[in-house]
Formats: sequence, structure tokens, C-alpha cells
Amino acid sequence: MSNILKALEDDARLTPERLGKLTGLSPQEASAEVEKAERNGVILGYRTIIDWDRTAEDLVQAWVELRVVPQQGTGFDAIAERIARFDEAHSVFLLSGSYDVGLIVQARTMHDVSNFVAEKLATMEGVQSTVTHFIMRRYKVQGVQTVSHDSTERLAVSP
Amino acid sequence: MTAKTRQQTYLAQRVQNMPASGIRRFFDLLGSIDGVISLGVGEPDFVTPWHIRDAAIRSLERGHTHYTSNYGLPELRSALAAKLAELYGVRFDPASELLITAGVSEGLQLALSALLDPDDEVLCPDPYYVAYRPCTELAGGKFVPVPTEMENDFKVRAADLERRVTDRTKVILLGYPANPTGAVLELEDLKAIAALASEHDLVVVADEIYDRLTYGTKHVPFASLPGMRTRTVTLGGLSKAYAMTGWRVGWIAAPPELVEGMMKVHQYVMMSAPTPAQHAAIEALKYGEEDVRQMVAQYNLRRRMMVDGFNDMGLLCFEPRGAFFAFPSVRSTGLSDEDFAERLLLEERVAVVPGSAFGDGGRGHVRACYAASTDEIDEALRRIKAFVDRC
Repeated sequence: MSNILKALEDDARLTPERLGKLTGLSPQEASAEVEKAERNGVILGYRTIIDWDRTAEDLVQAWVELRVVPQQGTGFDAIAERIARFDEAHSVFLLSGSYDVGLIVQARTMHDVSNFVAEKLATMEGVQSTVTHFIMRRYKVQGVQTVSHDSTERLAVSP
Repeated sequence: MTAKTRQQTYLAQRVQNMPASGIRRFFDLLGSIDGVISLGVGEPDFVTPWHIRDAAIRSLERGHTHYTSNYGLPELRSALAAKLAELYGVRFDPASELLITAGVSEGLQLALSALLDPDDEVLCPDPYYVAYRPCTELAGGKFVPVPTEMENDFKVRAADLERRVTDRTKVILLGYPANPTGAVLELEDLKAIAALASEHDLVVVADEIYDRLTYGTKHVPFASLPGMRTRTVTLGGLSKAYAMTGWRVGWIAAPPELVEGMMKVHQYVMMSAPTPAQHAAIEALKYGEEDVRQMVAQYNLRRRMMVDGFNDMGLLCFEPRGAFFAFPSVRSTGLSDEDFAERLLLEERVAVVPGSAFGDGGRGHVRACYAASTDEIDEALRRIKAFVDRC
């Protein structure tokens, strides 16, 4: 199972035939394993990693830290889950250290990000303070480097 | 000899006698063709893990640019001794039993130079790594190939070795896990060879560069067999396990007297292994275990893909349990391995290495390296199948 997941984590487009070959299963068995992982919520989805900086599209991301008063019974979960429902919340985490909740906010313009933080996050009950860091450049996104790539040059034949 | 004839070549006879590598000729042919998928390589497709490269950069920043001890950095020898003890339970004294070399290539030459008197004989399973024969002959020895076959998973039999023992036999040269076949030796095979080595008082030079790349089996170092420490020269390195081929760093583990002898040669021909590479090696041995684990898992996935692919298209391929090579038979096509490789390259633009480049025992096979991306392997197999179907 973990072999299938690792292979898919590297390349979500692997066909059942290829997955089977790689893991020693038949294509049918590989498909069944993938479907099981999807049903169990182990596989959350399939996305494409895009470097928007290389496109003409506007896209702004900010790292936002929140200090939050935990709620009785639910701790930080209720507020974190509430934040996670917003489309602007790209990723949401509970943190150790000086802040409680950290999130990546994604929107079309800096103005959109500011509005979201000021109007939706800062005003949320339980949120004590916010700190917003705009992301200026992305060097690595979801495990993939955006700028420098390792050379893959090898001699075509070697002993 | 007249002055005129001497000017035809200044090369020494022993170098003139050395055949050009069969791989080299192929390499020249390949250079003239575009869009080739090469399964002809003998090195990882991974780049050295970043933390290891970073360690070398930091060593340069700190100015570690001088020679090291001839034996290699003490910290590296300690890290190596610890690693070998952890992996195999074999304890080498870092001060007297380990020598850091510029890769196994140098280690091989040191071992043979230090062990062989003129015309001493070296027994070696055939097919064999391309350097074994020329390095033996360069050291003045006589190379005696011992045939192995696919039917026996390319494992050498002690009986076949024994049949070729003469009063000049000095060394058994074992390269397992094997390049080009991917074969491994199991404990029982090794024990039989150990008994033979004891009986005839032979030295075993064990080239274990692929020790970490095994699948479904764990490598047994020859030196770990009872009584073998005193007659074994182990050659090892970081090139394959840590994807560090270009760094040129390897080692010899042997009894103190032999290390001392090989160090004498090493100090005159190499001085010391490259210093930045030695610093990188310390990092690799101390903190690179997870990298090895991940790369081996990747190779294993690709290995299955390639071996199944060859068998599915009718090219019989035994299961290679070490290194990163498949060694299918191409006899079913009716072509020689050289014709197969050449036509496959010209007609389908896939490079494999003819098995006969690795000795007579490789005839009728080709070596295909699965240290390539799954996309490349997939496309290469598709092209090879198209070629085989036409044959």
C-alpha cells in the first residue's frame, strides 16, 4: 500500500497498469488499492503543481499567523475548521510556539488578501491577533523546486 | 628495433595489448544519433542528495583543500568502520584496516598491484566487470575467466573455480552483486568458495560496490565469513549507494599487512582521495541511510517493471537481485548480442550494452540499466518490443 501511495505522491498520473508493474500487483489490484485509499480519505485528491509566477495570472499568497483563544470542548479545532472552509484559506495548520494557527491565504491581489484577513479572520470570535507575511517568491512548492534544477547529465554509456 | 619502427608508436606493449573497451566503441556510435533512450549507463540517475553536496561545499568554505592522510581522513575511517559494523557486524580497525581510495576503480588496481607477482593467476566469474581483466594484466597477472550461466542465476560454482586452480593461482576476484548481470551470491555459495580459498590458500578480492543495492535479500560480505577476514580484500565505495559516482571515493578493508602494502602503492599513484569528496563521504555515511533506503525502493520498483517487460516480450531474463541491471538473453531473436544492440540503437534509438563487452560469458545477452525514470523505461520497453517483434 505505502509503495502505491509513494508512487502516486510522485506522479498522480500513473495508470493502473504502470502502478501494478511498479508494485508487483495486477492493474485490477492496484486500482482496488487506490479506490480503497480514496474511500478512507488517505488520498485526499489529485492536483497539479503550477508555478503561477511564470504565467500572466495574478496570484498572491500570504503566510498568516493567528493567536487564538481555545474554545471549551473543541480546543482549536472548531475555529481552525471554520477558517479552512474559506476558499481563500489555501492550507491551514495548528502550530506549536508563539502562534496557534497558521495558514496560507491565496487570492488574486494583495487587496483581496488584506480584506480577507481584516474582515474575516481578525474579526472572528476567539482570534486575538493576526500577523500577515506576504510571500514574495516561491523557491519550492509542494516538494518541487521552482528555480534551480539539478543537472541530469550522464554519459549515455558507462561501464 | 630501428628508430623508424619505434616512432610508429611510443606506447608500451602492455598498453597496446590492452583491448579497447567494447563499451567505448558503442559510445562513439551513440554520439551520432539523436533522441536515444539510454539504458547503457552504469550509474544512478539520482543526483547526490543535497545534504551530502552541502557538506562538501561547507568543507570548501572552511578551507579543507589540502591533501589528507594517505589512509584518508581519520573521521571518515571511523565513520566507515562504524557503518560496516552496523550493517554487517564486521569490525575493522579504522587505524590499520581501512584505506580510503579514489573509488573502487583505484582500489581494484591497488589490490591487484599489491597482490600479484608476474604470471600469478586471478580466477574471476565470467561475465565480469570491464576493468577486471585489463587491471589484472596491467598488474602483471594472468586473468582466468570462470564461466557462469543464466540457468544458475549467473552464480559462480566453487567446483568451477576449483577446476581452474593451478599452482600459480593467487586470487579469486568476486564482484557480487554483479555488474553486468545483477546476480548475487547467497551464504551457501559463499561458504563453498570460502572453503576453496582456505584449501588452496587463496586471497579473495571482493568488489562489493553494489552491496547496498539488493532486493529481497541482504548482502553478505565475504570478509564476514568465518576465517575469511585474514584472506579477504574488500573493495567498497559510495558511488552506487549514495549516487556519488563523480566524487571518486571508495575504500579498501583488509588485514593490516595488506592495507600497508596497498597504501604504499596508493601513496605514490594517488596520494590521497579527493578531500572535498572525503568530507562528503563522512556526511553520507553518518546521515545518508534514509537516502539509500529511498533510492533502493525506487530501483526495486523499476527493476520489476523492466524484468517483467523483458520476459513479457520473450527475452528471457532471470531475476537480478542486486545492482541496477537486467541481463536478458537475446538468443530468441536469432541475433548476436552485438548485432542486437547495434540494430536496436539504429532502428529504435534505445541503447543497451552487448553482453560480450563483459567477457565470453555475456555472449547472447545485453545489459540494460534500470537506473532510469519510469517514463524512460516504459518507452524503452515499448521500442524494444517493437524491435523484437520484427526480428
